[in-house]
This record gives sequence, C-alpha cells and structure tokens, in this order.
Amino acid sequence: MARALKGIKINPKIKIEEKDGISFAVSCRHCREPLCVKGCITGALTVCDGVITVDRNRCVSCYTCVLSCPYGAVSPSDDGAVQKCELCVKTAEGTPACVRGCPNNAIVFEERE
Amino acid sequence: MAINYLYPEYEAARNYDRCITCRACERQCANGAHEYVDEADKMVCDDSKCVNCHRCVSLCPTRALKIVKSGNTYKENTNWSGKTIDEIYRQAESGGVLLSSMGNPENYPVYFDKILINASQVTNPSIDPLREPMETKVSLGSRPHNIQRDENGRIINNLPPQLSLSMPVMFSAMSYGSISYNAHESLARAAEELGILYNTGEGGLHEDFYKYGKNTIVQVASGRFGVHPEYLNSGMAIEIKIGQGAKPGIGGHLPGTKIVGDISRTRMIPEGSDAISPAPHHDIYSIEDLRQLVFSLKEATDYKKPVIVKIAAVHNVAVIASGIARSGADIIAIDGFRGGTGAAPTRIRDNVGIPIELALASTDRRLREEGIRDNVSIVVGGSIRSSADIIKSVALGADCVYIATGALLALGCHLCRSCHSGRCNWGIATQIPELVKRLNPDMGYKRLVNLMNAWRHEIKEMLGGMGINSIESLKGNRLMLRGAGLNEKELKILGIKYAGE
Amino acid sequence: MQREGQVRIPSGCAISGIIDKSGKRISGEAIIKSISVMHDRSNGLGGGFAAYGIYPEYKDYYALHIFYDSVTAKRECEEYLEGRFDIINLSKIPVRKIREITDEPLIWRYFVTPLPTRLADSQLDEREFVARRVFRINTLIDGAYVFSCGKDMGVFKAVGFPEDVARFYKLEDYEGWCFTAHGRYPTNTPGWWGGAHPFALLDYSVVHNGEISSYDANRRAIEMYGYKCTLRTDTEVITYIIDYLRRKKGLSYEEIASVIAAPFWKTIERMPPQERETHEYLRVMFAAQLITGPFSIIVGFENGVMALNDRLKLRSMVIGEKGDKVYIASEEAAIRIIEPSLEKVWAPKGGQPVVVYLNNPKGGKA
Repeated sequence: MARALKGIKINPKIKIEEKDGISFAVSCRHCREPLCVKGCITGALTVCDGVITVDRNRCVSCYTCVLSCPYGAVSPSDDGAVQKCELCVKTAEGTPACVRGCPNNAIVFEERE
Repeated sequence: MAINYLYPEYEAARNYDRCITCRACERQCANGAHEYVDEADKMVCDDSKCVNCHRCVSLCPTRALKIVKSGNTYKENTNWSGKTIDEIYRQAESGGVLLSSMGNPENYPVYFDKILINASQVTNPSIDPLREPMETKVSLGSRPHNIQRDENGRIINNLPPQLSLSMPVMFSAMSYGSISYNAHESLARAAEELGILYNTGEGGLHEDFYKYGKNTIVQVASGRFGVHPEYLNSGMAIEIKIGQGAKPGIGGHLPGTKIVGDISRTRMIPEGSDAISPAPHHDIYSIEDLRQLVFSLKEATDYKKPVIVKIAAVHNVAVIASGIARSGADIIAIDGFRGGTGAAPTRIRDNVGIPIELALASTDRRLREEGIRDNVSIVVGGSIRSSADIIKSVALGADCVYIATGALLALGCHLCRSCHSGRCNWGIATQIPELVKRLNPDMGYKRLVNLMNAWRHEIKEMLGGMGINSIESLKGNRLMLRGAGLNEKELKILGIKYAGE
Repeated sequence: MQREGQVRIPSGCAISGIIDKSGKRISGEAIIKSISVMHDRSNGLGGGFAAYGIYPEYKDYYALHIFYDSVTAKRECEEYLEGRFDIINLSKIPVRKIREITDEPLIWRYFVTPLPTRLADSQLDEREFVARRVFRINTLIDGAYVFSCGKDMGVFKAVGFPEDVARFYKLEDYEGWCFTAHGRYPTNTPGWWGGAHPFALLDYSVVHNGEISSYDANRRAIEMYGYKCTLRTDTEVITYIIDYLRRKKGLSYEEIASVIAAPFWKTIERMPPQERETHEYLRVMFAAQLITGPFSIIVGFENGVMALNDRLKLRSMVIGEKGDKVYIASEEAAIRIIEPSLEKVWAPKGGQPVVVYLNNPKGGKA
C-alpha cells in the first residue's frame, strides 16, 4: 500500500496521456536510435544493455534531451538533472514498478529485438 | 427537486489523513460521485450518486475510502421498513415499474445452508484425493433404453450426442448486451481451458467467438435474437430458454441505449430499438409445441447436438420437467428464484419462483417415480455459491450446476446491483467502451480458471471424505446429506433425514 | 426393536465360496469348515449360505424359501402362492434345535412353477413373473419374507455365527456343486433373520463384505426399474444391479464388472481404441450403477460364480485353485483348512472380475 505523502509535489517518470476516451502511459521507449543520446552534450545519457540510462553526475541540465525526445518522455527532476524511465534497473526490483502496479495489465514488459 | 424524498443509503467515507488527492477515485467513478474541489484542495463525494460498487475503494492507493451505511434512519417499523417506504417514494415520482439487477436479496430461507454433508469413518475408509484418483468428469445427455450389439457381439455405441465436462459446472447464460464483449471473452477462454461450457445467453453469438464453439452452448430465447442456422451449428448444444429463475413468466429486457454497433448486429435488430423478449415463445403454447421446437432444432443441426430446455423453478416444476423429459429434450436446466439477471422488475424478482433445492429434490423424485430419470440430465442454477453447494446439489439429484453470479464475482463484480444503469464500473455489465476496457480478458479468464480449479479441488476433498471417488456415485445419494434447522415438511420434500438420525 | 428396513447397517464380515467346475456335488461340510476359521470376523449377528445344485429331483422348479413371523402370515402367503403357482411340494425346512440359534421364525420351503394361464395373462417371461411375485410378497404381505427363489439352489440364513447357522440348517446333509458363505459383523443389533447374507433374487446370490458409499445413489436408480429395496442393506442393491445388468440388459459378467467396478477414466484413456470405446460407453450408459466404496463380493449364478473387488481393493480376497475346484475367501487360512495343498493361490486386482463357469453350463449358454 502506498504511503500518504501529503503536500509533496511529485514529478513522475511515467505520465498518462488521455483524450476522447483513449488513455495510455507514456514512458521512455528505449529507442534503438535514441535522439536524446545523440543530442546529449556531456555524454550523461548512454545506452547500457539496451536501457538508456542517466548519469546524474554528468548531467548539466541543458534540457536538450527534453526537447529532442519525440515522446516527451524525459523531464526535469527536483535536483536539476533530468529523469526518465530506466526500467527500474537502479531500484533492482526485477519487474518494473509500473508493470506490477497496473490493475488491468495494460503495461507489459517485453524483450524486443 | 426541492424535496429530497430519498436520502442516499450509502456514503463514501474518506479518511482525509490518508487521502493524497491523486484523483483516481474521481477518474474511475462512472457515476461521477467524486470531485476535486480546487479552492479547498480537497476531494468530496456526492453520495446520492454512489451505487456502492467499490471501484474507488479498490483503486485508492492509500486505502483512504470505504463505503458505509449512511445511517439515516426511519422510525423502527417491522412492517414498513425503510426500503419499502423508499420504494413507494420512487414509484410516486416515476410512475414506473421498479427495476432491479442480480438475484433476490430478500430474507427467504437458504436451504443449502441448512444441509450438512457426511464423512466416512471406520466402517468405510475415506479416500485421499492427493494420493488416489478422484474423478469429477460428467457426461450430460439422454441414455438409450437398450444395449445393441453388432454381429460379433461387440457393443455398439448408440448413445445420443453427449456433453462431456471435466467437472460438473458450466457457466450460465448471460447475454451479450447485458454483459460486455470482454466479459464474454473471459468466459469463453476460461471454459476452453477448464474443459467445460459457457452459454451465449439470448443475445446471439459474436462472430469473434465462433472459434470457442467447442465450449459454447447457444441459447434460443423467446426473442430469437441472433438465431440463424450457422449460429445453431456453432456450439456444442442448443438451449431453449423457456424461463429464468430471476423473472419467471416474463422475457428479457435490454434498453435501446445498449443496442449499438456489435450488439445490434449480433442480435440482428436495428440500433437503438429496445430488445424486449416476449413472455412466452410465441410458437410454444403447450408441451406438444415444445416437442416440435426441440425436433426442429435437432433437424436443423442434423441431430448432432443435444438440446437443453431451461425453465424457472415455479410451483409445479416437477410436472413441467416430466413433460419436458418426454418431449425429446436431452437436458433440463432448472433456474431457482435466487438466480441473477441484468434487469428485472423488482416485484417479480423478489416474489416469484421457488428455491432451487426444493425444486431439484421434487423434480428428481418425480422423474424417478415415473421411471424417466434416464431420459434427461438435470442441470441446476440459481445461486450456487460454493463447492459445498455443488456437492449438495449433486447429492440431491443434479447432474451438473450452472453458475453465473459466482463467475461475475470472479471477474470483479461487487454485487452493487446497478447493472440496469449500464454504467458498470468493473467493465462487466456495460457497453461503454471506456468502461469495458477495464475488464482485461487476459486477467479475467485466469481468475475464472483459478476459481474453478479451487472448487474442483474442494469437491475432490469432500468426495474423498465421504469415501466416494467418482462424482457419479454421489448423484441422488441423499443419504449423504442431513438437515439441521429444517421442519418435517422441508425434510420430506428434500428427501433427507435430520442430523443425528 | 427396529426392523432392518428402517436403519442402515454397514457390513464388516467374512465371505467364502467353493465351486467344483466339473459339476460334481460335494457336501456342505467343506464350506462350514472354511467359514468357521474366520469366526473373529463376525460378531454372531448374522450368518448364511447359498448352495447350488442341492435339489436335483426338483431342478426344474423354483425353490422358494420363506420366513414367516406368524401362522396368519403363512396362511396369507400360501393363499397368494396358490393363486399364481402350481405348488409341487411344500415342507418345513428341516432344522436342528441348538442353543446358539434362538427366536427362529417359521421356515418353509415350496417347489413351485408358475400357473400357465396366469403366466400367459401376465405377458411376462417366467423369471420376471417369479421375481415380481416375490417382490409383492415381501412388500405387501406382512410377516412373510421370501429369502430364496432360484431353481436347484437355496439360501440358508439366520441370526448367529455362520457355523452355528450351518448346524441349525443341517447344511452337512446337502450336496451341491457350489457353496458360498457369509458371516456378519453389523454395528448395531438387527435381530432379524432376513437381514443376514446371502441376498438372493432368482438364481443370483450375493455375499458381500464391505460398505457402499454410493448406496443411496444406486438405490434410487435401481428402484426406477421395478425393484424395491426393502432392506436398506448394501447387499440388496448389489443383487438387484447384477440382476438388472445381466437379465434385463444382457451384459456379460466381465461387462458387469466394468460397470460396477469401472476402471478410472485415466486407465480407459490408455486402452486400445475398441476397448476404450466400449468402456467409455458402459461408464456413461450405466453411471448410476457404479458402486463406490469398499466391497468384495461373491456372486453365485446358474452356471458358476463371479468374485469381484472394488477398484481400490479396500477389502481382502484370496483365490485358491486345485484341479476342478476353485476356492474364494476373505482369508487364505479359510482355504487352506479345507484344501491344504493348492496348485495356485493368488489375489485378484481391484476391479478385476474372476468368473468361474461350470465346464458344462446348463442350457449351453454361460
């Protein structure tokens, strides 16, 4: 059960887009040819085992990646560096949290070629 | 309206210490009961819209919500209860027939809860289902009178078409229209995996589901919605619906707002038109007409499918069943007065019909007395709630049971009984696409499979406890039952003894 | 005291059977010796024997053995019989008064054949006619109970240990090609002679060790076909099921075993196609005649015996063979006492029928 954190504004790495009765969750697509990695001036964004990760120490908050991502999946975080879905590899939970939490199994974690 | 005659019966009680104003409840309630008030930065609830479906309660991430009785009390009155008074207010306002959904909730006796099951000890060892074979397989259909042998003396298979089930349970009729496409898909896939059957109900069969034909019973109801030769041949059996436990004597009703798109196409009626099934089948006014219909359906399907006749449990159900057993039908389905429905007039649902336990006991006895019990198999429904109810039904004489409410509960239904509004928050009894989406068939069918597997295991445990290793040896075995809290007459009709005898 | 019809009595007991395939008749001594070895398996509340081939002079007539509670019952019953049968001979069954057997009813024996006109009027075959008359007497005439009604065979039973029952009936004076015996261990006190085993209908006699869990399911089904279960003992229903499957449905004894001790579905699935189809058919067609619960039975019939265990083999049964003789018993000791050196000793599997036919069956068909 989630704890009631009151008065705290959260900036999630996954956002819901909805219109006309259609809704879906948008998070980093871990593209094969990522525009964000291409545009990163410091090399903070890298591809590691297919997962696009953020090195917070290198990020200088230029927000180029935020502008380049065609899905709008990158966003600023509270401490300045950018944040995005990293498939929960840093939290070492196994199944990503959004997949586990979706009550209708709308988000599915799959291997892609 | 200036005067509020009707005070909401239930309230959503919110624990404000836990509420994080995530607004999930607001987004999820199809009745618009919850609202975020900007100025106060707070969630509030309009209780008059709450139907007590628990959608918000189940999805609240911090469990801040619960539904409680509002506690607005009338002066105590055994005769004029609050509910009775409210019903009069409603009718004074609308001038219409009261409509309700799901089964009879009134305080009539539940005979299953007064029947106890035996176990073997000492003189007869009980059997351990984990270590010994325990068979729950049943075969429904008619039995021929004589054995026939070929020239070599070998027995010829002269059995009429049978339905073979891995356990004595089937999913009962719920029409496409009263429940959603996703609900039907969940039922069909679960039936396939379990090796049992599900029933199309009177709404016809959607073309996407023809592929589950091996696990389908197609229903022919008085409105004949969706009935064409391909439909008849697509399933494993045909069920003629004469009546239904929740509303004996009248036909089904699906309002025009629900008749859109696929529903209208599957039912073969124009969009927006009310689908009101006539009370009788207009070609069955007597038992001989039923016989004609049974045989026309058999002709149309080349005598390859067994025919089921479904009736509601009414006062002379045993006599009616006897007539049906002689009409060429292979299986009789009896629906007790607790059966569920998408929508029915409240008075008929709550006052018409008899309990399935009594109907089953007297039908089984009557058919045996007339020597025709072998002509048909008996399937019963109308509130089978657990594996214990199944054991008791089989011991009273049934071959198999139908479950419907139980199946919907597995899919997420919370018995809020507002199906007739068409805004089911769980995606079951609705056609609104955003709501239907909420029931994921991939998850739904698994829950049904889980439920049935659990029941099958419990049935095996109880059978083993009685020293029986095959469900066929329980059929009609009333000596395995005893009553507690039943009077002489009830014991006599059920044909069981009192506990201690 | 309640008659057995009102209360259900499970059986824990002893059974034994001897058959000489050549048809040679032996004295009842052997079976008495056999069953007395198993004394501890009974509690003295019931014992009985069935004997085949014991009435060679009257072998074409039905031998009715009847218990009467009173002289009035006897009169009523005899009147009934006279109206429907030609009574060739009647007499008391000779008994020996012994201390261990008390409270005996009147026990009479009649050799009868149906009156030709009555038989023709009834439009039934002879055996069905006799069976129906017997049911009539047992249900309608108070105090009269027909406990044996076959040709050239008879049942002898009473309340007491089987060896005492045998002495009472002077069983050693009878000679037959087949004897079966039973000693009873009921868990309450019946006190009624009719409740002991064997239970017989026409030529079928059944001795039974066990308790059927499916009793009420079987009873309800069989009563639909004209049988009346008056005794509420499991054995009664087994006898009727065998009579129904054999006489009315024409199944062979092996097929009957496949119905009452049917193989599991998993076993049937692994059978070759022809066999599988037959077994599937029998299980679906006769599902209500499946007998669940522990049992070991010996069924005597016109041309032999069948021994059968329930499919989980929850009761003991041993078969011994020597020459033309076949012995069946709940314990090997009961066989060895009468035939110390056997050619073959074995225990059949659960559900496997052992059918022993006479070398020259009567009427040619087995």
